[in-house]
Amino acid sequence: MTDIFAKHAGLREAYEGLTAASPRNPFEVVIERPISASVGIIEGRETLLFGTNNYLGLSQSKKAIEAAVETAETMGVGTTGSRIANGTFGLHRKLEAKLAEFFRRKHCMVFSTGYQANLGTISALVNKDDVLLLDADSHASIYDGAKLSGAQVIRFRHNDPVDLEKRLARLKDHPGAKLIVAEGIYSMTGNVAPLDKFVDIKTRHGAYLMADEAHSFGVLGDHGRGVAEMQGCEDGIDFVVGTFSKSLGTVGGYCVTDHDGVDLMRLCSRPYMFTASLPPEIIAATMAALEDMQERPELRIKLQDNAARLHAGLQKVGLKTGEHVSPVVAVTLETVDQAVGFWNALLENGVYVNLSLPPATPDNRPLLRCSVMAAHSPEEIDRAVAVFGEVARHFGL
Amino acid sequence: MTDSVAGISGMIIEKLLANPKVPRDIDGNSKIVEDLAFDSLAVMNFVMEIEDELDVSVPLDKLADIRTINDLAACLHTLKVAHA
Repeated sequence: MTDIFAKHAGLREAYEGLTAASPRNPFEVVIERPISASVGIIEGRETLLFGTNNYLGLSQSKKAIEAAVETAETMGVGTTGSRIANGTFGLHRKLEAKLAEFFRRKHCMVFSTGYQANLGTISALVNKDDVLLLDADSHASIYDGAKLSGAQVIRFRHNDPVDLEKRLARLKDHPGAKLIVAEGIYSMTGNVAPLDKFVDIKTRHGAYLMADEAHSFGVLGDHGRGVAEMQGCEDGIDFVVGTFSKSLGTVGGYCVTDHDGVDLMRLCSRPYMFTASLPPEIIAATMAALEDMQERPELRIKLQDNAARLHAGLQKVGLKTGEHVSPVVAVTLETVDQAVGFWNALLENGVYVNLSLPPATPDNRPLLRCSVMAAHSPEEIDRAVAVFGEVARHFGL
Repeated sequence: MTDSVAGISGMIIEKLLANPKVPRDIDGNSKIVEDLAFDSLAVMNFVMEIEDELDVSVPLDKLADIRTINDLAACLHTLKVAHA
């Protein structure tokens, strides 16, 4: 009998090598409970949370909590069905209308997760006769959506409009539809995409453009509509995809667009159709968090100030970060051993960040990925920077 | 030099040898993942460099069938002829 797990031998070796060298398993960190948006109990200690993507701190929104409790009490805790069967409540439609209005678009589809929003949108839009042009550093959900679609996939160099144009030019005689996919803020590095330049290119080459604003929704732009709003190019983006699990603090995903053809996506997007819809209390909390976000633009200003403070602080203690100031601030290290040691020391000194390892990181280098929140106080940021500085000195960096 | 499969194969080997981590004894029959210890991301990034050299784009699904340097050269040659 063939060992069904034999294929994982390489993974096992890498995993065991990594966990043997680490006092704790980096993949099994447990936040015993959050105390607030910025502090949680880990290993029995109060720990500053600098790796939660909870950019506006709205996972703890009072308004969202009250909406969830009230809805669970009146409607129950689940829908027990797919959106195209018994899983569409009035609330799902209401949230879709609210999001369409927020993004000033004609249509919105809500998915059960952000991952499924990418999978469901990409796989419904293109098929084997079409071509997808993906930024090389795209999130796994974009690559997986591409695979599910069966379309030809061509990667272009990260954030490089010239490279994208070169690849589109090679496709000038290809008869299929061409869909370019880029992210607003890249989740690992915090890099911001030149969406305005991509819009110019897609227009000249007759392609479509989809932007995944998962990390920029609620974060960038005067109204929080993301990088496209910030760069003044929203009209040129055909499809905007994103998630509720970051700035809105809940779970779920969306696709908004002005293309009327999207209605039929509800009948051919498998990740939309063949899964249970979001529970009513999550929809209610998401709507309340969206209102909270709209009513409190000061959260975005605070977030930008905090991002700048952390970015500058880490650079000042001599660490290598990305050039873009965004709420994702990644410290690049050279070796995995160094990164694992550094990450453990941070946690032991009361700071939690994400340990991101190749091949999930660009350039084959490990990252200590921090995400900043509007909920962080200046003192919490300074404390985290001080711990980073002490650990860096300890490791001779 | 890049008009034939052999020529493209030679160019790929030359580019690979520019990386000091690549074993010195590679040839056209070397397996990219097993012999060169490239992971999937390293393969995709390396192919990007070759694409520019030949002015072709290799769709990712084509990479799934490629094991050796010669397989990659044959794939690139086919795409280049089709694009010409």
